[in-house]
Amino acid sequence: MARMKFLCDSDRCIECNACVTACKNEHEVPWGINRRRVVTIGDGKPGERSISMACMHCTDAPCAAVCPVACFYGTEDGLVLHDKDLCIGCGYCFYACPFGAPQYPRVGNFGGRGKMDKCTYCAGGPQQDNSAVEYMQYGSNRIAEGKLPLCAEMCSTKALLAGDGEIIASIYKERVQQRGYGSGAWGWRTAYKEELPA
Amino acid sequence: MMRLLAALLLLPLSGALAQQQSGEPSGGAPSVQSAAPEVGAGRGGTGNANQPASSDPQSVTGGPRPERVAPKPRVPVEPITAPVPYSARGGVEAGALEAQHAEKGGVISGAVSIPNQAAGILIQPEGRDWRGFRTRILSIAGAVILLGTVFILAGLYLLRGPQRIDAGRSGRTIHRYGVFERMNHWMVAVSFVLLGLTGLNITFGRAVLRPVIGAEAFTALTWTGQAVHQFLSFPFVIGLLAMVVLWLRDNLPSKVDVAWVKAGGPMAKGHPPAGRFNAAQKALYWFVVGGGILASVSGYLLMAPGLLDNVTSQQWAHVVHGLMAMVMMAAIIGHIYIGTIGTEGAFEAMATGQVDYNYAREHHSLWVDDRLAEARRTAVGAD
Ligand code: HEM
Ligand code: SF4
Ligand code: SF4
Repeated sequence: MARMKFLCDSDRCIECNACVTACKNEHEVPWGINRRRVVTIGDGKPGERSISMACMHCTDAPCAAVCPVACFYGTEDGLVLHDKDLCIGCGYCFYACPFGAPQYPRVGNFGGRGKMDKCTYCAGGPQQDNSAVEYMQYGSNRIAEGKLPLCAEMCSTKALLAGDGEIIASIYKERVQQRGYGSGAWGWRTAYKEELPA
Repeated sequence: MMRLLAALLLLPLSGALAQQQSGEPSGGAPSVQSAAPEVGAGRGGTGNANQPASSDPQSVTGGPRPERVAPKPRVPVEPITAPVPYSARGGVEAGALEAQHAEKGGVISGAVSIPNQAAGILIQPEGRDWRGFRTRILSIAGAVILLGTVFILAGLYLLRGPQRIDAGRSGRTIHRYGVFERMNHWMVAVSFVLLGLTGLNITFGRAVLRPVIGAEAFTALTWTGQAVHQFLSFPFVIGLLAMVVLWLRDNLPSKVDVAWVKAGGPMAKGHPPAGRFNAAQKALYWFVVGGGILASVSGYLLMAPGLLDNVTSQQWAHVVHGLMAMVMMAAIIGHIYIGTIGTEGAFEAMATGQVDYNYAREHHSLWVDDRLAEARRTAVGAD
């Protein structure tokens, strides 16, 4: 099976936040939680660049390593998903995650964390695919329908790429070759222990 | 048409129309009927502005204007640098930047346009170090410290056995702890043990308990355990503060403690003199108060993440909490041993408030002297 990854070409990202909006809308993500966000480095200065970031579905995922109740599981596509019925909202995955992907509703005792929510790569959770209960907990399951994540699908500049890691890496390499520059694949070194040429 | 004509006739003819008709004989219906839009008050004019009749340049109104002076450049002139060619802009390279941050620490962050400003942290390689702390250091060191303490104490008990009251029981008792002191002690003790057990479940339950009882049951247990951990923090902290008030005076270090330690402390031949608390008990007291405060503060920071909206600080809070919890538990295991099976006659102090007179003589001679002197004084006073 393919190893699914995200890649954000920061030389193309125009910080329009369409991916953020698409994600919120597709999964009806609650107020206060952002599964995807756009971070602008050096905002307003020459050389500023924006990167759309969500869960990178890491190889040897740190979140899964530290979870005290071991509620994470991997899929055939290399995705890192979690079971909200098992999560206790301790926050450890957020401490360990290099990308700040895990988010929590503030519903626990004393304003503490509720069950963790993060990007599912539009692949839902352990419930029956595309069932109502899966939608309520994790949002829609586009992967089960044979579709790619909506954020990347509707990126107007095709800065955000989703799909098989090798294919999107080759698309990116081709772009770099053609235009003669590129700042690399953000997060790839940290998430996949792999770098793409700049 | 008739209505429009009538309306035009009724218009006050002082303004736009009059101007437009200049050159024409006035009076009668105007031959040109396209009414130019009036420039009136509602349009920002003064109400009777003139409509230009031609596009010839108009003379300036309002008198002569002062000549504009071009702004002079600041001295010295700062040259505006030409923009860098696009391909060379901001030579950051993701892989290199990540490698550098992974090496030196620190987060890669920027601006976000969502309310959660903490989301501006793009990559925090420190998560890797914290993961190492959680999965290796804390669990291995915790297991070693706790099991090591248990083994050492078991060995001590088997080799040396409990410390007996040398003179045997006298049959008379002396009052050592009041009812409030004892209740407070047990409140702290019970909450500490439950905090410890529920905490250890967080640390080791995944490896020890989960495979045995299954994922669902383990989450149910841990979910409850977490709530117990959070709610019992309050009696623990309140009791700890009460201990500060109740026992601070008797735990201030003194010269007697130095002598007690020099004589060999618990290993000493015979019993070196000590006050109400000996140096080891005082050390435990300060350790529990200090460690308890650290564990509580860091615990509350973990419990209410709104207090610390920054992942790096939260990692540190966890490190402090985890380490403090482990060493305190080890110390308290030692305390429990000494207070129960390790020392004959010690447990009844916290159970009934009374200890055997000989026990008190041997372990807390100076305190007994004080108590006796005070008893004599009050007895004399009562005479
Ligand atoms: C008094 C205030 C305390 C508070 C508010 C507090 C709160 C917390 C919180 C929020 C956690 C994170 C895990 C979770 O959310 O379930 C935690 C973990 C833990 N606590 Fe406490 N705690 C307190 C005192 C203690 C004490 C006195 C001990 C030791 C006896 C202790 C032992 C632990 C342990 C061992 C962990 C797990 C650490 C790990 O494995 O990562 N706690 N505590
Ligand atoms: S990005 Fe974060 S949440 Fe996603 S797999 Fe990696 S560590 Fe886990
Ligand atoms: S918040 Fe939930 S998913 Fe994250 S580490 Fe804790 S229990 Fe696991």
